[in-house]
Amino acid sequence: MNFLVFVKQVPDTETKIQIAGDGKSIVEEGVNFIVSPYDEIAIEEALLRKEALGGEITVVTMGPNRGEAALRTALAMGCDKAVHLEDDAFLGADSYATAKALAAVVKKYSPDLVFFGKQGVGTDNTQVGQMVAEMAGLGHIGMCVKLEIEGDKVRGEREIEGGRETIEVSLPAVVVAQKGLNEPRYPALRGIMQAKRKPIEKLTVADLGLSADEVGLAGSRTEFASLTLPPAREAGKKLEVEPEVAAKEIVAFLKNEAKAL
Amino acid sequence: MILVFAEQRDGILKKAAKEAVSEGKRLSSKLSVPVAAVVMGKGAAGAVDEVKNFGPDKVFLVESAPLDQYSADGFAEAMANVAKEQGATVILFPATTMGVDVAPRVAAKVKAGLVSDITGLEVADGKLLATKPVYSGKAIATVSFKSDIQMVTLRSNVFPLEENPSSPEVVTVDGSGISPMGIAVSTELKEGGKVELAEAAVVVSGGRGMKGPENFPLIEELAELLGGAVGASRAAVDAGWIDHSHQVGQTGKVVSPTVYIACGISGAIQHIAGMGSSKFIIAINKDEDAPIFNVASLGIVGDLFKVVPALTEELKNLN
Ligand SMILES: Cc1cc2nc3c(=O)[nH]c(=O)nc-3n(C[C@@H](O)[C@H](O)[C@H](O)COP(=O)(O)OP(=O)(O)OC[C@H]3O[C@@H](n4cnc5c(N)ncnc54)[C@H](O)[C@@H]3O)c2cc1C
Ligand SMILES: Cc1cc2nc3c(=O)[nH]c(=O)nc-3n(C[C@H](O)[C@H](O)[C@H](O)COP(=O)(O)OP(=O)(O)OC[C@H]3O[C@@H](n4cnc5c(N)ncnc54)[C@H](O)[C@@H]3O)c2cc1C
Repeated sequence: MNFLVFVKQVPDTETKIQIAGDGKSIVEEGVNFIVSPYDEIAIEEALLRKEALGGEITVVTMGPNRGEAALRTALAMGCDKAVHLEDDAFLGADSYATAKALAAVVKKYSPDLVFFGKQGVGTDNTQVGQMVAEMAGLGHIGMCVKLEIEGDKVRGEREIEGGRETIEVSLPAVVVAQKGLNEPRYPALRGIMQAKRKPIEKLTVADLGLSADEVGLAGSRTEFASLTLPPAREAGKKLEVEPEVAAKEIVAFLKNEAKAL
Repeated sequence: MILVFAEQRDGILKKAAKEAVSEGKRLSSKLSVPVAAVVMGKGAAGAVDEVKNFGPDKVFLVESAPLDQYSADGFAEAMANVAKEQGATVILFPATTMGVDVAPRVAAKVKAGLVSDITGLEVADGKLLATKPVYSGKAIATVSFKSDIQMVTLRSNVFPLEENPSSPEVVTVDGSGISPMGIAVSTELKEGGKVELAEAAVVVSGGRGMKGPENFPLIEELAELLGGAVGASRAAVDAGWIDHSHQVGQTGKVVSPTVYIACGISGAIQHIAGMGSSKFIIAINKDEDAPIFNVASLGIVGDLFKVVPALTEELKNLN
């Protein structure tokens, strides 16, 4: 079985965020970039499936040159080969323009199963997997926490408000990984060494048969108008009092300020 | 026209759907265009009367057999068909697990920009400006649209619910030609009566300071007295004290209740990412330097094993 896994490189959640001079983006200098945590879950699921069913895993990222580090991490975890969509025309993409490019990759490689993370941590759009499924004409299992493959059917459980539901779809299909699906492995030293020799194919807009105005900033349907610091949440009063007094204070707060009683 | 995906299950309209229709109604007067609600799936007819309470000018009802079971692509097709036929310019979804699953497919079908999980919506020069927290709440993005059709999903509990009864025309739409790819073959709902975390007006959360699973009944009782839901930090979830479905934060749920009560939670940035947009935050922590106090509207420095029972007692005495 052939697997595609899409991963995005994102700022480490611990990173201090500074807004750049243009007022719309963040300063990248000094930022530690990692594979988005949900995408590690997507990689792990592909690895588990390959271990059970055989086949080949291709990991794909779209992004600037630094994205190669994310691909090396995925290769070190055990993916077989990598594709890097690297072209200035891809830059500044919103989810729609991102999905447009990634859907072209899906069409080019005709995989059996395609994995996405639930969200790129930081921008948290939770859109790209579903959009690619739509653009590539595939069914999908969203926010998947449990997966079964049986013949040409995939069955996945997803969390919904107050419970779970099981979605069934025929292969080829898209699976969007949610936390709980598995525990991603750490790359072993041997994997890291092997990763250095695994191939990374570079693809441009032209290689995907797309035109520059369909992708990147030009192909985007939304635009960051501005990025601002959140209004500082003012700390209210802090009390160190006997439990009974504290309880009375909380009740008064719930009643008078929050109007929740 | 403004179209609102008014999510329902078995004839019962979701609270988040009521919020979305309310917001649609408000936008309708700002943009001077009519607003319509779309109800679909099994039992949808039963939700029509309820949706009328929130002021739509029209209601579209899609109850055809192919949509009897939930399907992201099937529902998206039905929604996109209505949008195209009506020439919709704005499409609102609640940011529920269904909304988040369906909306991106609709956006791809109608070639619309989509902004997810927004906490603010404004109109400038006839176009929408949506705001949402990004980078664990360390920044706020204001997003504008380049596409003709503008789509957003609305974070639960942020946009006020407003009753505004109307007598809309109800239009039945035929969806019998839809053939869904991904289909919900079974749905398992936990015992009823429990308040859903993302929709709760009050959330009481426990962290590592709870010490063990045996102590969670303390906050469960408190949550119940307040008509709220129970949340948790990742530390508590990773320790196996409570199921992941309760986790609040970067890799859990994003909640925005009126009151968030954090018990024995230090206030790591990844936790704040999931609850920083709560209206009021009450923190109970024995460490006076815990970062959670920096965002708390009311901070109690003390032992949660003393404060929580005292609070529960006090609340019981009220009733
Ligand atoms: C200059 C600049 C301008 C930007 N302007 C906008 C803007 O106007 N609007 C906006 O929404 N965003 C904007 N962004 C952020 C944009 O690049 C987002 O990364 C993009 O929208 C995808 O968002 P997400 O990761 O939140 O997607 P999600 O939908 O959360 O991603 C889900 C999954 O899709 C896959 N995926 C997502 N992106 C990639 C990728 N690049 N390569 C491989 N797989 C991927 C991953 O599996 C991921 O887990 C801008 C970024 C830059 C640098
Ligand atoms: C990529 C990534 C994603 C993450 N996602 C999430 C997420 O979604 N959600 C999340 O919560 N975390 C997340 N984390 C983890 C986060 O960084 C913290 O480790 C976690 O939130 C800590 O949980 P805690 O506050 O319960 O535990 P701790 O930080 O250990 O704090 C426990 C607190 O309890 C207090 N305490 C102890 N005993 C008592 C008592 N008797 N009475 C009162 N107070 C007491 C202590 O003073 C302390 O402040 C993520 C981390 C990473 C790297």
